[in-house]
Amino acid sequence: MADVRTTASPEEVAKFEAMADSWWDPNGKFKPLHTFNPVRLEFIRDAAATRFGREIAADQPFTGLSLVDIGCGGGLLSEPMRRLGFAVTGIDATAKNIGTASVHAEKVGLDIDYRACLAEDLAAAGEKFDVVLCMEVVEHVADVDLFLTTCARLVKPGGMLVGATMNRTMKSLVMAKIGAEYILRWLPRGTHDWKKFLKPSEFAAGLRAGGLEVNSLKGLTFNPLENSWSLTGDLSVNYLLTAVPAE
Amino acid sequence: MSQTVSSSAGVSGPVLTCDVVVVGGGLVGGTLACGLAQHGVSTICIDKDDAAVLLDTGYDGRSSAIALACQRVLDGTGVWAHMVADVQPILDIRVTDSNSPLHLHYDHREVGAPMGYMAENRTIRRGILARFAELEKATLLAPASVAAVERRVDGATVTLTDGRVIRARLVVAADGRRSQIREMAGIRLQHGLPYNQVGIVMTVWHEKDHRGIAHERFLPSGPFAILPLPGGHHSSLVWTEKDPLAWTILKLPEEEFHAELMSRFGDFLGEVKVVSKRFGYPLTLQHASRYIDLRLALVGDAAHGMHPVAGQGMNFGLRDVAALIEKVVEAKRLGVDVGAATVLEGYQKWRRFDNVLMLGMTDGLVRLFSNDLAPLRLARTAGMAVVNKLPGLKRFFMRHAMGDVGALPKLMQGEPL
Ligand SMILES: Cc1cc2nc3c(=O)[nH]c(=O)nc-3n(C[C@H](O)[C@H](O)[C@H](O)COP(=O)(O)OP(=O)(O)OC[C@H]3O[C@@H](n4cnc5c(N)ncnc54)[C@H](O)[C@@H]3O)c2cc1C
Ligand SMILES: C[S@@+](CC[C@H](N)C(=O)[O-])C[C@H]1O[C@@H](n2cnc3c(N)ncnc32)[C@H](O)[C@@H]1O
Repeated sequence: MADVRTTASPEEVAKFEAMADSWWDPNGKFKPLHTFNPVRLEFIRDAAATRFGREIAADQPFTGLSLVDIGCGGGLLSEPMRRLGFAVTGIDATAKNIGTASVHAEKVGLDIDYRACLAEDLAAAGEKFDVVLCMEVVEHVADVDLFLTTCARLVKPGGMLVGATMNRTMKSLVMAKIGAEYILRWLPRGTHDWKKFLKPSEFAAGLRAGGLEVNSLKGLTFNPLENSWSLTGDLSVNYLLTAVPAE
Repeated sequence: MSQTVSSSAGVSGPVLTCDVVVVGGGLVGGTLACGLAQHGVSTICIDKDDAAVLLDTGYDGRSSAIALACQRVLDGTGVWAHMVADVQPILDIRVTDSNSPLHLHYDHREVGAPMGYMAENRTIRRGILARFAELEKATLLAPASVAAVERRVDGATVTLTDGRVIRARLVVAADGRRSQIREMAGIRLQHGLPYNQVGIVMTVWHEKDHRGIAHERFLPSGPFAILPLPGGHHSSLVWTEKDPLAWTILKLPEEEFHAELMSRFGDFLGEVKVVSKRFGYPLTLQHASRYIDLRLALVGDAAHGMHPVAGQGMNFGLRDVAALIEKVVEAKRLGVDVGAATVLEGYQKWRRFDNVLMLGMTDGLVRLFSNDLAPLRLARTAGMAVVNKLPGLKRFFMRHAMGDVGALPKLMQGEPL
């Protein structure tokens, strides 16, 4: 076998290919992403506002900055980021997602540079961005270490990376895997492979190999009583982090 | 010269783009448009009437009691600064009924702030128009009428009868009780039983200074309110009368009308003269079965029409305004599509329950008036300010009517967004 490493997993791509039409259905297969979108958008926005000294009440506060959304899917994050002023590039390993994302952006009148490619393609072309998003994607890639170091290298000096995934704990096995897929039926069965969930320390180690230091870490927690998501200190299921180039 | 523009495709005209289209530039829609624009949300407001008509004395002879929390909404949207010179603080309220002369007395000196303000609706409209002129992101198109509204998953298009086309993320119906936009969306109304009452409204001049005192009398035919206007010598009257009789009274020759009026008003302010047209408003209760639909939100009277004796129509409309501005601005600052279902659901959840409560309360109180409940009527007249200042009373209301109404929008607390 040739010594070519890739981050794309054919099974994962096939899985997303089959769901590519449902990205923008708030009650469809991607419902959880829709329901926690406002909370994670706030996390990303606030972290970027602090990092780049921008005022969140301003019109398009991030004008002049570039952002790449790795594994952008249908563009649930790319679109809001564009509205906030970033010049947005969205990439995905699943070509069909790029089709869905492009059609949607066009309909709502947003100019986003969507491309069907992998993080390593951007790295090979020497592209760099002020903000790199790796949201709910690392648990779907074939080579986690390669993926994280590659993403880290896409960050410009002075820039930042925002990541999110699910922790590999007993609680996440119960909540995110069995609960969400089998009991609540939020997600199609088999959406996630629990063994591929990443501990925050593993996420941080992967980024460190690419020259980034994690500088904040927050849990994203579902409150069943209020039927809402919020940022907490509980990292045991879903979590978010930011990382910046090490000094 | 009537020109018909079909609502189908092919209509040509300039295309305008904005975040939100507000149909109806009345007290509620106008304030909403100003508040959105001030917070960076580009807004086009459409009204069927020209500004000059809106300010005409014959257009709207009403005055509004503005509760303190709603004064904050007008303040936070920059409208208040343009009307503050023409408002009358309500310093004291005296409630009487046929049996006891001084039933309840509520004095601002005991609480340290006025209970609310009185302003002519024209004053508020003038304030809104002046504020529009200052805001870069607000556009007022008037006179203009809506020919068609197309609401899609990916956006909305409003076509005007003159052919202009507006593309927006969200359409807001602020076009009053008989909302065309609500009807076009097929949102049903729930009606209360008719009260068989009419609100007779006018402005009077009186010889003696009112000293900022509001009076509310409970007469057998319904409440009779004297509400102080700026300058000391004018007051706004809201005189409730049984249905067929009211229309007869409204048409009485001047002398006889004056005699009817004085028998209720009394002579405590000396000589009294009616200085406006006489207006008659049938009192009905209506409530939209829902406040939202695909890329559509209802606010103000388009969503809820209540008994005006409550003096709460505009106040509740301004609560809708404060909540919708907060939800839309929150979305805008997150880069979320401001017309997305999640944004609208948040608004409806926040407001509809609150309004059900108020409508129920108003309705129940109008019907089941008894001496024991007189303070509640007083509260309604003076606006929520009073209710808020009588926490025991408020709790009483709330408990009896279901439970807590949740957090107040920031604009109502005088906090910036
Ligand atoms: C007798 C009486 C006394 C009252 N006293 C008080 C009080 O003291 N305090 C208080 O808070 N409230 C009071 N109210 C209630 C208050 O006046 C209303 O609740 C308030 O005016 C509602 O405002 P709005 O903007 O929702 O509707 P409206 O004031 O009805 O405004 C609707 C606007 O939409 C425009 N419009 C309508 N249809 C269209 C269309 N198809 N296209 C474009 N534009 C359109 C109209 O021209 C108008 O400008 C009183 C009501 C009555 C009847
Ligand atoms: C759970 S979705 C998350 C989508 C989006 N980031 C969000 O949070 O809304 C994961 C996405 O990652 C994509 N993906 C999977 N493997 C990838 C890889 N190796 N490189 C880039 N994208 C990948 C999938 O096609 C899918 O669109």
